[in-house]
Amino acid sequence: MSEYLLLLLATALVNNVVLVKFLGLCPFMGVSKKMDGALGMGMATTFVLTMTTAATWMLEHWLLMPLGIGYLRILAFILTIAAVVQFTEMLIRKASPGLYQVLGIYLPLITTNCAVLGVALLNVQEQNGFMHSLLYGFGSAVGFTLVMLLFTGLRVRLALAQVPAAFAGAPIGFVVAGLLSLAFMGFAGLA
Amino acid sequence: MLVAAVVSLTILGTVFGLLLGVAARYLRVEGNPLVAEIEQLLPGSQCGQCGYPGCTGAAQALAEGGAPVTLCPPGGRALAQALAAKLGVDADLSGVEDKGPMIAEVKEEICIGCTRCFKVCPTDAIMGAAQQIHVVFREACTACGKCVDACPTESVTLQPVPVTLQSWHWHKPQAGSVA
Repeated sequence: MSEYLLLLLATALVNNVVLVKFLGLCPFMGVSKKMDGALGMGMATTFVLTMTTAATWMLEHWLLMPLGIGYLRILAFILTIAAVVQFTEMLIRKASPGLYQVLGIYLPLITTNCAVLGVALLNVQEQNGFMHSLLYGFGSAVGFTLVMLLFTGLRVRLALAQVPAAFAGAPIGFVVAGLLSLAFMGFAGLA
Repeated sequence: MLVAAVVSLTILGTVFGLLLGVAARYLRVEGNPLVAEIEQLLPGSQCGQCGYPGCTGAAQALAEGGAPVTLCPPGGRALAQALAAKLGVDADLSGVEDKGPMIAEVKEEICIGCTRCFKVCPTDAIMGAAQQIHVVFREACTACGKCVDACPTESVTLQPVPVTLQSWHWHKPQAGSVA
């Protein structure tokens, strides 16, 4: 049990997918202007990432490895991710039209969110078992959501701050992202 | 080996396609069919002059009754009448000035070739390159007026559609006049 807890902590904080591995920066910068949008994006990514790690593990161990067609991994994984994202989009549209409006274009963009493919490929690389893979995906997604919320909180405050004209808008956002990443380096001591 | 790769990917794609097809049927959201019908009537150039984000937003507002039927400047009087008929409301058409069909025109003497107008054109009706005089495709222009706002030299203006051999037609018969 404590092993799983450690794994969750390690993926969410120490090896944070956004700030330490630098994956999934597009939604990190794109949907971090409003709190509810960021939360929704985090939820949707959590759902997609957990589902895809499970699906890609099965794909890898039941199809690609037995047939020896590992060279099709990226293609097959992207196909799976696209299908899961499409399914998530339908589900959200049915369950929560408000969230569907907020997420807008970023929902289909989860397909090309490199964090999703990156975590699936890292799972293969590290030869994780099924439970391990699932937790790895879920932990990464929790880390992603956490960082999204932290960064959105900072940006919401930044919107009211007096920023020099040359840094206003996206540049100060990138500077803050860099500082946040530096702060997350502090978790490396936990490992 | 090659066959296994082809067959497995084909099966994978087919299975995902079938699953998504079934999911689309079970998770379908019933949209308001009126919105789609109204959107068909609107020009579809997403110019935003009505204040809504594109024609879909305007159609939704119209269907909910939150917007007047006279909201679309490019559509003019004809569109306002069509919308009033579709929604079953009496439209006050006095506020809609009917200028007749208009079209954007580039005054070639003062066009500086800055390319700003064709960057904003929602229907790709303006052709041009940097430092070259731009030209308007009459068939594609919906007279939304975005290029007029973007032009720094006031070289683009909206003009009534000029009468050409292709666009000339007989006047409508006057009621009560017997030849």
